[in-house]
Amino acid sequence: MAINPTQPIYFSTQHRLQWEEAQQKHVILYPEGMVELNQSSAEILKLCDGSRTLAQIVSDLEEKFATTGLTNDITAFLEAALSNGWINQH
Amino acid sequence: MAGLTNTNITPPRWLTAELTYACPLQCPYCSNPLDYAKYPTELSTEDWMRVLTEARKMGALQLGFTGGEPLTRQDLPELVKHARELGYYSNLITSGYGMTEEKIVQLKEAGLDHIQVSIQASTQELNDHIAGTTSFEHKKTVAHLVKKHGYPMVLCVVIHRENIHQMPEILAMAEELGADYVELANTQYYGWAHANRNLLLPTKEQFVKAEQIAQAFKEKAAGKMKIYYVVPDFYEDRPKKCMNGWGTTNLTIAPDGVALPCHSARELPGLDCPNVKDYSISEIWNESKAFNFFRGDDWMQEPCRSCDEKEKDLGGCRCQAYLLTGDMYKTDPVCSKSPEHGVVQEAIDAAAKASQLAANEQPLVFRNSKNSRNFLKTL
Ligand code: SF4
Ligand code: SF4
Repeated sequence: MAINPTQPIYFSTQHRLQWEEAQQKHVILYPEGMVELNQSSAEILKLCDGSRTLAQIVSDLEEKFATTGLTNDITAFLEAALSNGWINQH
Repeated sequence: MAGLTNTNITPPRWLTAELTYACPLQCPYCSNPLDYAKYPTELSTEDWMRVLTEARKMGALQLGFTGGEPLTRQDLPELVKHARELGYYSNLITSGYGMTEEKIVQLKEAGLDHIQVSIQASTQELNDHIAGTTSFEHKKTVAHLVKKHGYPMVLCVVIHRENIHQMPEILAMAEELGADYVELANTQYYGWAHANRNLLLPTKEQFVKAEQIAQAFKEKAAGKMKIYYVVPDFYEDRPKKCMNGWGTTNLTIAPDGVALPCHSARELPGLDCPNVKDYSISEIWNESKAFNFFRGDDWMQEPCRSCDEKEKDLGGCRCQAYLLTGDMYKTDPVCSKSPEHGVVQEAIDAAAKASQLAANEQPLVFRNSKNSRNFLKTL
């Protein structure tokens, strides 16, 4: 599924993103299931709060980690997240 | 408690809280033990609170409130609230019986994350027959209300010979009700389902056809509705990795406080399953005899012991091995490498034969206290 570049991205209201102290990891929780996230996936998803478009998420993260060229990786991850139902664009 | 030490113990991730054996329904495939009438006592609210706290501290994250019918417990909102504060993702597994809009709202405010409603068939007549209780219309109303109040809605349908022909209608009903997930659970033959197996086990042809319909629907509904299809292991040639491995992931607490590595482990002899009233969750998980009994693979016999697939399925289900061979250490006979694999075919043949009989010659045994007490008398 493709991300619409003009629409903001929201984290799904049907899932929960949570920091797990015991596992030292972020996890996504949903009916009778969970997914453990690595650090970069969690950083991306935390910015999906409905206030940013894809380009804004990329620039925020490039700034935060003082790097460039993240567009492709972030886009690919968010496309997968969209088809998993973790995020949406209304 | 025995000082068993095992350095490879992973923490529990799933806590199954069987709050009660009380249930207004009488499903003949119920996974509760046949002799549940023997265990009428229930843990107090305080005990449940402590269990939730201790298991969460160890790393449990997913929490299922189940039973019986968990709505019969008046303290459910209180337990849900406590679970939310601890950071659990809580699932309510309900028949819908006794659910009202007021309760749905109250539980949402308490922090419940998800409600799974079970429905027995796609028609009122069959649903009410299988459930042993008039409940079809109310279940549909509850499913609508669950959606209305913003919960993810999972519709669960246990599949067996009496409803397997309704697969297309069941899927259409799920779509119409707006389910986010549909769980199509082929009956697992433990507890009451084991006692009723001859009347519940479908033929291979029925399975194949139903599975094709479900798979085709899965593609059609992609992006809208997720389908969980629980395979019928009697028609597989490898067993399932039961509970993701004994004592690795799941902790089940029965209504009376007995801690179980899987919900039917109570049927296995000699495990001495500990009670949460006597021990902490960490003592139970790490040190108890029951939770260490089938951990790892030291307990295995041949052909599992030297099998190159043993990491994949850990020899299958201990309860199934026990129910089908009388020996809980044996290879799950679902495996085609099991010397006793023939018992599975015998069960299939016996069920096919029984399907020729009239209903009054071999009636379903419904899950209720009277039948449970009758069962106790035969022991
Ligand atoms: S399977 Fe049926 S009888 Fe058993 S607890 Fe669930 S609703 Fe009640
Ligand atoms: S022999 Fe045992 S370990 Fe090997 S595949 Fe069969 S059940 Fe699994």
